[in-house]
Formats: sequence, structure tokens, C-alpha cells
Amino acid sequence: MKETKIYERPKSWVDGVHTHYCPGCGHGITHRLLCEVIDELGIQENTIGTAPVGCAALMYDYIDIDFCEAAHGRAPALATGIKRTRPDKIVFTYQGDGDLASIGTAEIIHVANRGEKLTTIFINNAIYGMTGGQMAPTTLIGQKSTTCPFGRDPELAGYPMRMCEMLATLETPGYIIRVSVAKPKYVIEAKKAIKKAFQNQIDRKGYSFVEVLSNCPTNWGMPPVEAFEWTESTMMPHYPLGVFKDFK
Amino acid sequence: MARVLMKGTEAIAEAAIQAGCKYFFGYPITPQNEIPEYMSAKLPKIGGAYVQAESEVAAINMVMGGGSTGTKIMTTSSSVGISLMSEGISYIAGCEIPAVIVNVMRGGPGLGGILPSQADYFQATKGGGNGDYRLLVLAPSTLQEAVEITQEAFDLAIKYRNPVMILADGFMGQMMEAVEITEHVSKDLPKRESWALGCMGERGGKRRILKSLYLNPENLEQHNIHLHKKYKEMEKEVRFESFLCDDAEIILSAFGTTARIARSAINNLRREGIKVGMLRPITLFPFPSDKLNDLATGAKHVLVVEMNMGQMVEDVRAAVCGKAPVSFFGHAGGIAPSVKEIEDQIRAIL
Ligand SMILES: Cc1ncc(C[n+]2csc(CCOP(=O)(O)OP(=O)(O)O)c2C)c(N)n1
Ligand code: SF4
Ligand SMILES: [Mg+2]
Repeated sequence: MKETKIYERPKSWVDGVHTHYCPGCGHGITHRLLCEVIDELGIQENTIGTAPVGCAALMYDYIDIDFCEAAHGRAPALATGIKRTRPDKIVFTYQGDGDLASIGTAEIIHVANRGEKLTTIFINNAIYGMTGGQMAPTTLIGQKSTTCPFGRDPELAGYPMRMCEMLATLETPGYIIRVSVAKPKYVIEAKKAIKKAFQNQIDRKGYSFVEVLSNCPTNWGMPPVEAFEWTESTMMPHYPLGVFKDFK
Repeated sequence: MARVLMKGTEAIAEAAIQAGCKYFFGYPITPQNEIPEYMSAKLPKIGGAYVQAESEVAAINMVMGGGSTGTKIMTTSSSVGISLMSEGISYIAGCEIPAVIVNVMRGGPGLGGILPSQADYFQATKGGGNGDYRLLVLAPSTLQEAVEITQEAFDLAIKYRNPVMILADGFMGQMMEAVEITEHVSKDLPKRESWALGCMGERGGKRRILKSLYLNPENLEQHNIHLHKKYKEMEKEVRFESFLCDDAEIILSAFGTTARIARSAINNLRREGIKVGMLRPITLFPFPSDKLNDLATGAKHVLVVEMNMGQMVEDVRAAVCGKAPVSFFGHAGGIAPSVKEIEDQIRAIL
């Protein structure tokens, strides 16, 4: 028997909109996964998102759920206020590496350490996308950016920060995982992780953190395919995929 | 509840609870630590939550989150802590989220000192954070008034969907007075389904976005015009106390603790037959400009007394608009003007 699979837009995707993301950007893929998970878990009317400052600042234009805008890096605190006052809701932060690992370092560590019952999706693209490609805390050694034009030098800027590993040193957080959207095989795993991170919230478990190794073809100065190859070849050795904590 | 002797900070905390505030996010700082301490003991028992934030930056963003769900929310801090909150306050105003913020002021700039001050008048009334926004700013001068203002602040915040700041100073926070705190029931406030997050189901699947980002300049201007109209409307909340002003030749203007000291000076001078009165702004924004202008029309002089180097005096000058000379007297650094000093100032004017 012939099987027909219809590829449709997720129900929680805002009707008829196209994103402003550059072609081949990992933000778009991750948004789609988020929508699929929201649909599959049936939580569209029950979810409150917080939008970051970064390329995903306008994510509320694409995902049809309640949203509150966060100041740069402050989404974990904002989400804490939302979740504490509405513990019946599913609450998430979606943050870039400048947002989460630089300006918002205090907020991310403490949201994890308090074990707030919410979910964080962390888009690591090793650069400040929105402001035009400056160095991020996650920029790799030797990687060029507009503010490390000769490549990141550890003598001057230290080494790229591994957020999963850092957060996993804390006793409280429940689920910490690093995934990627660089190739279809990784995308399938990324979706499973995101789904689990939301299911944890439905089950009223503690804090879940999903790091997504993404890309920024525009500011890396690479065509999309090459960019995702770079994610795999250059980012992954420094940022190994895997589960760092799972409620144990 | 009968009248009981309470410390200012605790009275504010209990008043908030009696007004239905069940969530508090804060960070310790002198001289207001009794508020978070009180909240941490009481709120868990009434089904609410106290969260000790990692910083004032985080605290105000938690307040923003709590406010965004239409919940009565408060944070309290002092001066330097409010500086850290200023980014968040600007976002809260821009996103039109209700919140109550108490500043128990201490001296500045920088770390300054821990003694009482009124040096954050500019910060409260003129901004602090970026952009064209306004806070409703209320300054109590007795603890009973602080109780009432705290309770009403939640209603005003929700009514205007705007942050409300209560500007108290270290004296107000630390002194004890007899207060009566009763349960405050809010009336005629917009239902949270009408604007808040977390009600998509109740709204039949229509979601809600709270944001301050408008990349299109026309849209951003429209947003600012909308906010400006709201701030205009807030002008009807103006409150003041006019004390012995009817026949006054000298009008003193002071707020908060300074107004208490000024009142004693005025009572003493009146016994000597000196015609002096006081206009005490209770709302610092909106400022009682019209009333001051009226009073200045028949007055010989307006004297502003503050616990700072002269901040409210600028609003007084603008209100008086040249109708009478305006002068300033004040102390900074945690020193309060004495009754005698104020009397001497007025005698010198005569
Ligand atoms: C307080 C503050 N500082 C700086 C900025 C400017 N800014 C906007 S986005 C951004 C960096 C975003 O990078 P990242 O979080 O990695 O997100 P990406 O765009 O790469 O997804 C910066 C610095 C800001 N909006 N607010
Ligand atoms: S600038 Fe980079 S992160 Fe931003 S949309 Fe373009 S590719 Fe994506
Ligand atoms: Mg980035």
C-alpha cells in the first residue's frame, strides 16, 4: 500500500507568516520543532513564552501562543515571575548565547539553581547574530567575528563557555541536554529533547535546559550548507552533544 | 484590625498582604529588609510565594513576569537597588504591566549611605530608565497614609497597567506608629482575561503579546502617543494636602518625612502670628502644579524643603511660574532639616 505523508505547517504556527530569519538559519528549524512539540502535547492555549533580545526577538510573530517580551538576558527572571504566579501554565525561555551566556549569566544560573519548573531552549550559534556578528562567550578559539577580527584569542577573551557543563555542576536542575539542528539526524534528536523538556513541566518536575547547537550563516560568512557543516565539524568537538543531567 | 504599633516597613508589608498581594520578589538592602523578611514568613502560609532574587535586576523582571499574568505583585528596595531595577521598570512601563515598587530611600550617589534621604526624587519622577515613560509616584508622610497608599497602589497599577512607585525614606521605613490595617477589596478593576497572559483558553483561543518593541517608527510613535494619553489621564490621580494655606503669605512645600518636620515648624510660627502654610504633594507624579500655581498667586514666597540638594524644587519652580520667588533649603547624606532650621529659613525670608 502506498503511504502518503502530508507535510503541513504546525497548528501553532501563525497563519501565513514567513520568518525574518536568514535562509538556512537554525532559529527557523528550532521554532518549527517548538511548534510541533506544542501541538503534539496539546498545550497551545496553556503555554506562555518569553521572547529574548536577539534574532529571535520577534518569535511571537510566528508562534501563536501568549508571549511576554524579556529584556536582554532577563528571560529566566521574567519566566520565574510568570511560572510562580501561574504554576498551572507551561512557561519557557528561548535565548541566544549573548542573551543567556553573557548578559544573562546570573539569571540563567539562578533559575536553574532554584529549580524553577520551566523550560529553557538555548540557541548557541557562537556569535551575536542580531547586532551583526560580534564575539559571544561561546565564540570558538580562532573564530573570527567583528569584535575579534583576528580570531578569538584565549589570552584576551578566555575560552568558549560550555553552559550545559557549567549548569550540570549545580545540584538542583533536573534535565540538561545538548542537541543540534545541523543535520536531519540531529534534528530528530533535538525534537525528542525539546518534547521531553516540556513533558517534564507537564509532569511538574524541575528545571529543564536544552542547548541547541545552531548556526549563523550570515555572520559566519558561509552559505547555509557549509555553515551547518561547520557546526558539526568545529562546534561539536568543543560542545559535545549529550545528556548532562536527567533528574538523578 | 485595631490600631497597633508597627514599624513602617512591616506596616507596608502587611498592608500589601491585606490588599491581596501574595507574591513578592526582592533582594536585601538596608533600610527596608523587614519587608522581604516579613513576606518570606507570611506569603507561603497564604498560598503565595516569596522569591529571593539573585539581584534587583532579576527581582524587577520577576515582578514583570508576575504582573504580566494579572497578579498583584510587589517589590521593595532602596536607592541603589532601584537604580538596578530601572531597566526593568522601563520595560514594565513600555509593556504596560502593573507593578508596585517601593523605594525606601537612602543617601546617594553611588553606595552613598544607609541613612534616610529623599535623593531619588528625580529618579522616581523623571525616569531612571530609558524612554518616554512615567510612573505614578506617591509619597506618604505618616504610616497610616503609607498603609492606605500601599493598598491603593495595587488598584492604580492595574487600572492604568503601569508601574506605581511608593517613595518613602528611611525614616518612614524605620519609625513606629500606630496604624490600622484592614482588608482591602479591589473594586471595578479590569478582569485579567481582558489583557493578561495565561488566559488564551478563556479568550476562545485568542492569544496575547506583551511587548515594548516596535521596529517600525510609525508604530513606535503610535505606542508612545498611546502611553502619553494614559499619562495625561493619570493626572486626575493628583493628590496633595493643603495645610493652613488659606491666608498664607509664605507657602512651604515638602513631601514625606520632611513635611512632618515642616508641619511642626509651621505650627510654631503660626503661634507667633506668622502666616505660613504648606502644600504637601502626595503624588509626586502627577505633580500638584495647578494647586501650587493658585497658592503662589497670593503668596510672597515659596520655600521648598527636601532631604536632598534640591530636586522637587525644579517642579515647584515650573508650577509657580514666576508668580512668587522660590527658594530651597535642604540637607543631604542622611541629615534631616530640623524644626529650628526651617523656622529660621522662614524668618529670614520675612
Ligand atoms: C541591554 C542591552 N544591551 C545590548 C543590546 C544589543 N543587543 C541586541 S541583540 C544582542 C546580542 C544577541 O545575540 P544572541 O543572544 O547570541 O542572539 P542571536 O541574535 O545570535 O540569536 C545585543 C548585544 C540590547 N538590546 N540590550
Ligand atoms: S543573523 Fe544569523 S542568527 Fe540571525 S537570522 Fe541571520 S543567520 Fe540567523
Ligand atoms: Mg547568538
